[in-house]
Amino acid sequence: MYLYDQIDQQLVDERVRQFRGQTERFLAGQLSEDDFRPLRLQNGLYIQRYAPMLRLAVPYGLLASRQLRAFAYIARKWDRGYGHFSTRQNMQFNWPRVQDVPDILAYLAEHQMHAIQTSGNCIRNTTTDHFAGIAPDEIVDPLVWCEIIRQWSTFHPEFAYLPRKFKIAVSGSAQDRAATQVHDIGLQATRDANGAIGFRVLAGGGLGRTPMLGVVMRDFLPWQDLLGYLDAILRVYNRYGRRDNKFRARIKILVKELTPDVFRDRVEEEWTHLQGGSATLTTEEVQRIERRFTRPAYAKCDSVSSAYVLALARDKAFASWVGRNVHAHKMQGYSAVTLSLKRTGVPPGDVTADQMDAIADLADAYSFGELRVTHEQNLILADVRQADLYELWKKAKALGLATPNIGLLTNIIACPGGDFCSLANAKSLPVAAAIQRRFDDLDYVHDIGELDLNISGCMNSCGHHHIGHIGILGVDKQGAEYYQISIGGAQGNDAALGKVLGPSVSQAEVPDVIERLIEFYLGQREQDEERFIDVVRRVGIAPFKEYVYGSHQGPASRQRQLAAA
Amino acid sequence: MAVIKDRQVVSDNWRLLKSPAETSSITDGADVVVPAEFWSLHSESLLARSGKSGVWLDSHHDPATIAGDLPRLDLVAINFPQFTDGRGYSIARLLRERYGWRGELRAIGDVLRDQIFYLSRCGFNSFQLRDGEDAQSAVSALDDFSEGYQTSVERPQPLFRRRVDGSTLNS
Repeated sequence: MYLYDQIDQQLVDERVRQFRGQTERFLAGQLSEDDFRPLRLQNGLYIQRYAPMLRLAVPYGLLASRQLRAFAYIARKWDRGYGHFSTRQNMQFNWPRVQDVPDILAYLAEHQMHAIQTSGNCIRNTTTDHFAGIAPDEIVDPLVWCEIIRQWSTFHPEFAYLPRKFKIAVSGSAQDRAATQVHDIGLQATRDANGAIGFRVLAGGGLGRTPMLGVVMRDFLPWQDLLGYLDAILRVYNRYGRRDNKFRARIKILVKELTPDVFRDRVEEEWTHLQGGSATLTTEEVQRIERRFTRPAYAKCDSVSSAYVLALARDKAFASWVGRNVHAHKMQGYSAVTLSLKRTGVPPGDVTADQMDAIADLADAYSFGELRVTHEQNLILADVRQADLYELWKKAKALGLATPNIGLLTNIIACPGGDFCSLANAKSLPVAAAIQRRFDDLDYVHDIGELDLNISGCMNSCGHHHIGHIGILGVDKQGAEYYQISIGGAQGNDAALGKVLGPSVSQAEVPDVIERLIEFYLGQREQDEERFIDVVRRVGIAPFKEYVYGSHQGPASRQRQLAAA
Repeated sequence: MAVIKDRQVVSDNWRLLKSPAETSSITDGADVVVPAEFWSLHSESLLARSGKSGVWLDSHHDPATIAGDLPRLDLVAINFPQFTDGRGYSIARLLRERYGWRGELRAIGDVLRDQIFYLSRCGFNSFQLRDGEDAQSAVSALDDFSEGYQTSVERPQPLFRRRVDGSTLNS
């Protein structure tokens, strides 16, 4: 965990005081709704369909057990006893009262947390690999770089009123687990020919209604130049990004309209003035930030625990959980564990206050009191001894957190959708639940293999449907809720945007379409290792479409015809 | 009119001329702030008067266009058509940090107390608030925060270069 120093704490406290004053003026009628809106958004407060929604920051997804207990306290005292982890690695509460928000923020500040810039047209929470700091393939620890960026972006005076929201993702490894290609800026740690550390810089990626992959700004930017170069990109965007149409205001549109080459030239021109300036990072500063992170005191472990091997052999359910939910660790004898928040019947990412307390206990007992929130809306215990895995599994199972479905079809990513969000065209959660119910046979789900299924309730794409192997998008069709299905999307190094399969379908038909897609895939795959996405890439979308819709009519009507014949 | 200047509420004699049409009323002794387009056409006759001359830029203007004239000006203002239009923050920094403007830099238009802290960090030292806003109570917003992490016009060295715990450079 990064521990605040006295200035970090003072700034967060001053923010609470500032927002308390603003809220009081708003409630007293001295600040209009329009004038208050950007202020409350930059403190995470939305006015939603049924009630306000408060989004609390979990910087780069890292959370201490005491902070999770603070969330539980907030859930009980000011909300309805539960919270929701979002795809931005943040925590959302759906039922706070506006007048209580300053008190909630003050309580958060006591636990070195805040809701700063979790919404609004500013630089948002920087996200990263949920295996940051423990991945065996790491070039740099992205947590340190995320904290450096967090400090740079927090209350950045020049970039608080951008044309639109701005999201940065950092990957510290060769394998990109931070979706850097679909962020406004993506940073990928790399080395140059001499072994010096720097970043490959991408800009202009994003999802939403105009999904685009980021274009390369620099193949190698020395780490010392990082903040100055970010200033240069943001300044060009702030000055020239479109402000006339909020749907054309993201940086990706500017990159596209100027062309990547012209955009890059403008940034480089700006950079010539900023290069070598006082924002140039120093080794001392990077080391200072590094030292403020507490690190687990790993025990020296045997490479293989015999109790663990025995449990694997004896208990098939445990072995299946290990296969899906336990991940490699750079330290011998340790593993990372995903606690699944994707149990059938529970909205993805939802967690009750009692579960939060119980998970905090697990983190204290098995993982040095720390957790990570993933953009797939699960939680990770990052530093678990192999010898403890069996015991942890039994406890997690009792809490309903051991569904062995990580990477599988039922590990659905979904935004809160029309049940909560005022932007949504359609509901997401009932669709997720219907699919989970349809595929409730775990053996079958394992047999299907790796499959990312992502659901967004509208074009804003909070559920990342474009990069799901199967993506589902809620659309409005003459006032009715319909769903457009796409396939072929992917995250990671071979990131791709999915292509629409065909006409949108009703809510009731969605599980049928998914089932047809899976049937066709299983018939086509040449070996068990060939994933759904691999088959889509090999055979293309057309045969899937043909199988689901038929040449001229839907599968259901064709089956009826066959039955009648 | 009342403006906040260098953290004080003062009343001054600057007349802000919002459109070229209003410029017909310019008198010899008046201190006037004119639109950038008007300045580019009439700078010589404006400077020939006994009154002071200032220019205001709109949020889509490029400050480079007046960079060469800065030594002849007494005030530069930047307009905020809406307070959510953040281009003026970058324009201010460019004027201060790139083009060397050291005189009065005034925020005009949709300027509210809840933005003046960031505005001042970007180099504004005077603020003409939106009509109906109370300048006196707004001054305290300049002290909303005691520190800032980044480089800024107010503090050109970022916090990490100013720390006194001995762990960073002494620059």
